[in-house]
Amino acid sequence: MITYIIRRILIAIPTLFAISIIGFIIIQLPEGDYLDRKIQQLEEEFGDSSSLARVEELRVRYGLDKPMWMRYFKWLSGFVRGDFGESFEYEREVNELIWERLTYTLLISIGSLIFTYIIAIPVGIYSATHKYQWSDNTLTFLAFVGMSLPAFLVALALMVFIFKVFDIPLFGLFSAYYEGAPWTFGKLNDLLNHLWIPVIVVGLNGTAALMRIMRGNLLDVLGQPFVQTARAKGLKESVVVIKHAVRIAINPLVSILGMSLPSIISGATIVSIVLGLPTVGPLLFRALLNEDIYLAGTLIMMYSILLIIGNLFADIALAWVDPRIRYE
Amino acid sequence: MNDEIFRITEDETEEIDEELLTRLGELSYRQLIWRRFRKSKLGIVSGAILIVFYIIVIFAGFFAPYHYNTINMRLRHVPPQKIHFSFDKGFHIYGLKSTRNPETLELEFTPDPSQNYPIKLFYKDTEGKRHLFGSDGPMFLLGTDRMGRDLLSRIIYGGRVSMTVGLVGVFLSLFIGSILGTVSGYWGGWIDNLIQRLIELLAAFPSIPLWMALAAALPPGWSSVQVYFGITIILSLIGWGGLARQVRGKVLAYREQDFVMAARAANCGHFYTIMRHLLPGCYSHIIVISTLAIPGMILGETALSFLGLGIRPPMTSWGVLLEEAQRVTVLLHYPWLLFPAVPVLVVVIAYNFLGDALRDAADPYVD
Repeated sequence: MITYIIRRILIAIPTLFAISIIGFIIIQLPEGDYLDRKIQQLEEEFGDSSSLARVEELRVRYGLDKPMWMRYFKWLSGFVRGDFGESFEYEREVNELIWERLTYTLLISIGSLIFTYIIAIPVGIYSATHKYQWSDNTLTFLAFVGMSLPAFLVALALMVFIFKVFDIPLFGLFSAYYEGAPWTFGKLNDLLNHLWIPVIVVGLNGTAALMRIMRGNLLDVLGQPFVQTARAKGLKESVVVIKHAVRIAINPLVSILGMSLPSIISGATIVSIVLGLPTVGPLLFRALLNEDIYLAGTLIMMYSILLIIGNLFADIALAWVDPRIRYE
Repeated sequence: MNDEIFRITEDETEEIDEELLTRLGELSYRQLIWRRFRKSKLGIVSGAILIVFYIIVIFAGFFAPYHYNTINMRLRHVPPQKIHFSFDKGFHIYGLKSTRNPETLELEFTPDPSQNYPIKLFYKDTEGKRHLFGSDGPMFLLGTDRMGRDLLSRIIYGGRVSMTVGLVGVFLSLFIGSILGTVSGYWGGWIDNLIQRLIELLAAFPSIPLWMALAAALPPGWSSVQVYFGITIILSLIGWGGLARQVRGKVLAYREQDFVMAARAANCGHFYTIMRHLLPGCYSHIIVISTLAIPGMILGETALSFLGLGIRPPMTSWGVLLEEAQRVTVLLHYPWLLFPAVPVLVVVIAYNFLGDALRDAADPYVD
């Protein structure tokens, strides 16, 4: 098991390297970015010795006089040491800006993931054991609609609905009272009160898709001879389904865990922008609009690192569930 | 219980029937697929809806009552008008009465029953162009936006962009995906390894942040048409991976089979073998996967334009229209601005049902 985990971590390194190249290309793509503008502004508008010194400092820090590949390695080596560069819009180190937001992103993503699995598995089992009955047909139809609903539209509609009916502005993760207040039990409670809405909205598409997969898997397994044997032995139907069939049918769902992370993070990004949540999404959005390149590049890297770690956990979980994988 | 037995026997007779017909060679593979597809009511209905939508969108100039950029600054944020019917006047709409809201100082419109404007079929507008329907008075069946433009017309014209982005994008990713998928499966070895790692890398990335980053990098000086193609290329850059995987799997399965060996032995070139013998076997799969990939691309365009990173005005799309509906304060006053969400949902759901029906029809191994 430990060798397996170590091997998986080693495989992740070249992937990270490739992603860092993509991330660097993306931040270099726009012509005339914030850094150029900043330097121009410092040179032309102020032009005094301290501004010129600052220009020089920026040039050295980001290696602007060096060729592209050296700038890349400069950026990468800084990244590894935790120096992500500077956000020119906020005029702060990127490092200071992202950690809290990353925490909330993780909170919402993991919450959605748990929600997805908790709802999808029982509903999928129910649907499979009631194949072609009206309840299954209804659930199938709902699943298709659920898969088709874009999360940001659901968020938007929900926001209007809740405001009209309950007169509560659904915005952010905290009520105005707790915004910026120190952490107390009341604030935590307030957070949880706000958190469930984005969690459900983000998890909606995944739940629908996963339910269909669970239904299909279980139907395949229920047709197999060992299930018939279990029935022939006179076991109760509930035992046959839960203990014999579901145990097998659930395996592929663990391997999907890693694949469902990108879509959940995608969904969380845009839902956060609509609902104004303090996660990475809106920060990336603003950074991209303002060509705040080091902030945007760092966030894209952070997204991929999150995903790679998520995939790693999913693989370990799969190896734990399915012994064939770790001995391969 | 009776019902269950009945269904099984019915299915069985049909399967035997189909098998027989294939053996006799009376029906081609394509006809068999059509026979199976016909049985799915949802698939047929979805296909019909999509065809109707595409016809409306292609002839937008005729179906839309106005041009999408006809601005009426005096008729901003007019609420949707109701169609009334009476025997002497036929279908008609009421005129508009405007009052100034003392608090917001905005003009607010209410229907004015003293004025009547009949809705005429095949209406000829002042420029002499024919429309499916129109009226001499102001007619805004879905209301107007902040510049007094008719929302219905804008939705119809916007569909041109939204509904073709998916098609063009899928076509592009089909192109990349089938080439790389075949190459990967046919030659194998380190090429296969490289392409597979690349696909894994793309699959490991959250699509929306990457789309956002790439779309934000499109030069601001580009024209609407250039942006349109830029967005399509960005959307398909991430979408080709899944397709390439499926094609590769199929090619791997076919590569060692007798008919391919025979083709190679008969001195067919690699290119000819692939085009003539390998790819046709993958067609049904390719069609199913691309149908299921279209809704994702439509939603991608909508999301990007909604954020203001996608299609740029004066070109319009459903996402561009929804951008106006982004703020709750706006939506509370003018809820009809959320209308463009309806065609998005209808088209996406229809594509999903169509793709699912096609998959059932094309794959003989699923019950």
